[in-house]
Amino acid sequence: MSDAWLAVLIVGAGTFVLKAVGPVGVAGRRLPARVDQLLELLAPAILAALVVTETFAGGRSLVLDARLAGVAAGIAAVALRAPLWAVVVAGGAATALVRLLS
Amino acid sequence: MRRGARVAAPLFPAAAALGASFGVLARTAHMDAPAAIVMSATTFAGSAQVATVSVLGAGGGVAAAVAAALLLNARYAPIGISVAKSFRGHALKRLGEAQLVVDESWALAGGGTARFDRRVLLGVGATLWFAWVGGTAAGALLGQAIGDTSAFGLDGAFAALFVALLAAQLRDRARITAAVAGAVIAASLIPLTPPGVPIVAATAAVFVGRRRT
Repeated sequence: MSDAWLAVLIVGAGTFVLKAVGPVGVAGRRLPARVDQLLELLAPAILAALVVTETFAGGRSLVLDARLAGVAAGIAAVALRAPLWAVVVAGGAATALVRLLS
Repeated sequence: MRRGARVAAPLFPAAAALGASFGVLARTAHMDAPAAIVMSATTFAGSAQVATVSVLGAGGGVAAAVAAALLLNARYAPIGISVAKSFRGHALKRLGEAQLVVDESWALAGGGTARFDRRVLLGVGATLWFAWVGGTAAGALLGQAIGDTSAFGLDGAFAALFVALLAAQLRDRARITAAVAGAVIAASLIPLTPPGVPIVAATAAVFVGRRRT
């Protein structure tokens, strides 16, 4: 088996298990109210981390590049209450434009 | 489910384009088209797949590629736990449905909140799955014709998407505090830890958010 196929199989199996932890392992069980309250805050915490990593991470360093223009355009689009597709298009277009010009 | 599909429809082109860019990248990293398509269909997680083929392409070996990818997907354990109580029925059914959990389907369906709607998650997840796998197939098979995908700014498009998903979450002080703490944790850990770890560590921000209310 080639390295590529081996990696596909192992990553696929590992991800399968990671995604199943909650819906299969924990499902139906009532979590303590305190845990529920904490989980309410998980989406803002993880999405903020994703914004930071998708914008500034370049491997193991913080970098400033064209993605920042995409995020700025995204913030502007969100502030203007643009629909989701327009936010995505604005982010992509701004990033592409900065890349084209630099 | 239909509502989820409607919610996700505007993201279909971007997800398909990102899938295509993964397909192109996979081929340049010497992963054949069937492997790339199977990977998109089974792993269904963009950043981890990109990490896998990048490490393999750079000659990093299978173990390093797998470690990088699974670290990036480690966040799906807490994400899955946050919505676990909405999943009911036979374990095999839940196992299948769990595979449709991705950042976007989770966030658009309400994240780990009381408003979370499992059917929206399944609709969004299924829609994005078709876009992702179809896009990968197109990219992997027609790769050379597409050329350098970084010129399209897809990375910036998805960063902007996460901005929008985050903005929808910032409804009260506790959530804003959790978001700020999550961003600070992630930014501080990027230089210190392998990719993926900063996102998992950001889950600790929920404690900061709670304490302030």
